[in-house]
Amino acid sequence: MTEDAANRFSIDAPASRGGEVGTSGCALRMVDIQKRFGLVRALRDVNLEVGTNEIVGLLGDNGAGKSTIVKILTGVYPASAGELYVADRQVNFRSYDVQTAHRYGIETVYQDKSLGDKQVLWRNFFVGREITNRFGFIDVKKEREIASEIMVNTIGFRGEGITVDSTVSDLSGGERQGVAIGRAMHFDAQLIILDEPTVALSLKEVRKVLDFVHKIKDAGKACVYISHDLTDVYEIADRFVILDRGEVVASIAKSAVRKSELGDFMLDYAHGRKDAPR
Amino acid sequence: MRSVWANVRKIEGLPIAAVLVTLYGIFMITSPEVFMGHRIYMSFLQTVPPMLVLALGLTLVITAGEIDLSFPAVVAFSGLLYAWIFLHTGSPLLGLVAALAGGALVGFVNGILIAKIGVPSIMATLAAQFFWAGLTVLLAGGKSWNLTGIENERLHTLLVGRLFGSLAVPAQAFWALGVAVVCWFILNRHKFGEAIMFVGDNPNVARVMGINVERTKIKLFTLNGLLGGFAAVLLTTEMNTFWTTQGEGYMLAVMAAVFIGGTSIAGGKGLVVGTFFGAYIIGSLEAGVVATGIGGYWTQLVTGLVMAASVVLNIVIGDGRLAAVADRVRHWSTLTQEN
Repeated sequence: MTEDAANRFSIDAPASRGGEVGTSGCALRMVDIQKRFGLVRALRDVNLEVGTNEIVGLLGDNGAGKSTIVKILTGVYPASAGELYVADRQVNFRSYDVQTAHRYGIETVYQDKSLGDKQVLWRNFFVGREITNRFGFIDVKKEREIASEIMVNTIGFRGEGITVDSTVSDLSGGERQGVAIGRAMHFDAQLIILDEPTVALSLKEVRKVLDFVHKIKDAGKACVYISHDLTDVYEIADRFVILDRGEVVASIAKSAVRKSELGDFMLDYAHGRKDAPR
Repeated sequence: MRSVWANVRKIEGLPIAAVLVTLYGIFMITSPEVFMGHRIYMSFLQTVPPMLVLALGLTLVITAGEIDLSFPAVVAFSGLLYAWIFLHTGSPLLGLVAALAGGALVGFVNGILIAKIGVPSIMATLAAQFFWAGLTVLLAGGKSWNLTGIENERLHTLLVGRLFGSLAVPAQAFWALGVAVVCWFILNRHKFGEAIMFVGDNPNVARVMGINVERTKIKLFTLNGLLGGFAAVLLTTEMNTFWTTQGEGYMLAVMAAVFIGGTSIAGGKGLVVGTFFGAYIIGSLEAGVVATGIGGYWTQLVTGLVMAASVVLNIVIGDGRLAAVADRVRHWSTLTQEN
């Protein structure tokens, strides 16, 4: 890709498609977010917006800072500096944790740590926010009913053999991600973060996961889809945000770029050809 | 047929219950004069409960993917507190409270070391085992104490009295059963139990789903210490005596009870019902082998065999493989008929 072509892509432009950014604000807004680990600057002045029904593909090579962003968004650890707004409400990093992120409507689907392998599905749907009486005892009947409802209606598991009493280890990789996505949608997530959900899956299973992600869009929710694989992201995303060594280097609407161009652009970064000041 | 098998395999602890029944069946054949009467079973109901209470606590710990080696020391240390308070105040109830508090303290310190400082549980609790056992010997001056007069206390009757007249069922059997029921509900129906299972399954998953992994571990080890204190009280009250090494015989027996019950050493899955029957198997073996007349030297060998058989049975029958076994058996029988 030529230098001219690169300049066509505005940095941090609120280019969003399919969203209603103008009318009802953003699902997510990060302003000058920084993260330091000792002397290492993992993120420098990251600005990122996600519209209310927008799917943003967050791309970047290993070490670009993708998972650092996820951990800040989901409350695993706070940012060192900057502001975070979820549905236009500012997040107080001092009291922000996983439970608070859930209350804000942020749900995360991880590559491999979303579900407990040896546990039955209905437990996996409600773990961490069980339906209990006031003594903390779980209403198993109700949890199973709701889990069953999610499986049939939200994620469309009508296939034989999988029930709410199935153990996660009996499921294929794609089905597991389906369960995690269904869980996220059930808890009324406004923003669903998918952290490399298709890594280590066969093509057939990747297809299943992508179909689940389309349901997120249909349900009117926002999504950040993190990947270093263009093929998945290009199909799903409305806009691509490219991260390189802790910085957002481009924000490109899907309508403005072909898949091959996007690939070249990323390769340029991977080969260090974009080190010159912008 | 298939659905019958599917339902049968859902019954928790079934393989291990079958082992216990089979074992008693064998003993009834080999020594009917002992095992056809009720007295031997009453004797099991008297000796097994302390071990069972310890095994139930350890089941939860192992389900969380951790281990606790300090419970023998808790049996000694809490027994010391119980005996000392009783001998100095005359109140066994105060002694009970002190024993439970002392056990909980040992467990809490374990939990802090493991969850907050990050010491692997096998090392933290091994150190605790030496420390608290050593402290107990020091404080008691190596002596054992007779709890004279405790048999006249109401708490004695409540904890270890004999029920149902001439049948003389030891009360501690019901206390241990009660603890088992409570542990089952904690593990399978309470959100604390769900946290234990997910922490044991995968602590990273537990953490991103909003479970406080550290607090869960601290609570868990504290609970295990508390149960150790209760086991100490049952034992000390039954024996009317405190002695400094009273927990030592329990280490391997309790672990054996948990593992033959089907609880996975990998964590994430615990079978309270299995532990219940496992404790009675372990507690019945020695008496059964001796009564059979082949001699006490055989006890360990038989214990090893039973452990191996139970674990194999759990692996073969557990997790849906019973249906596969049934299929195979049907297949074999069909072939036989054709031939």
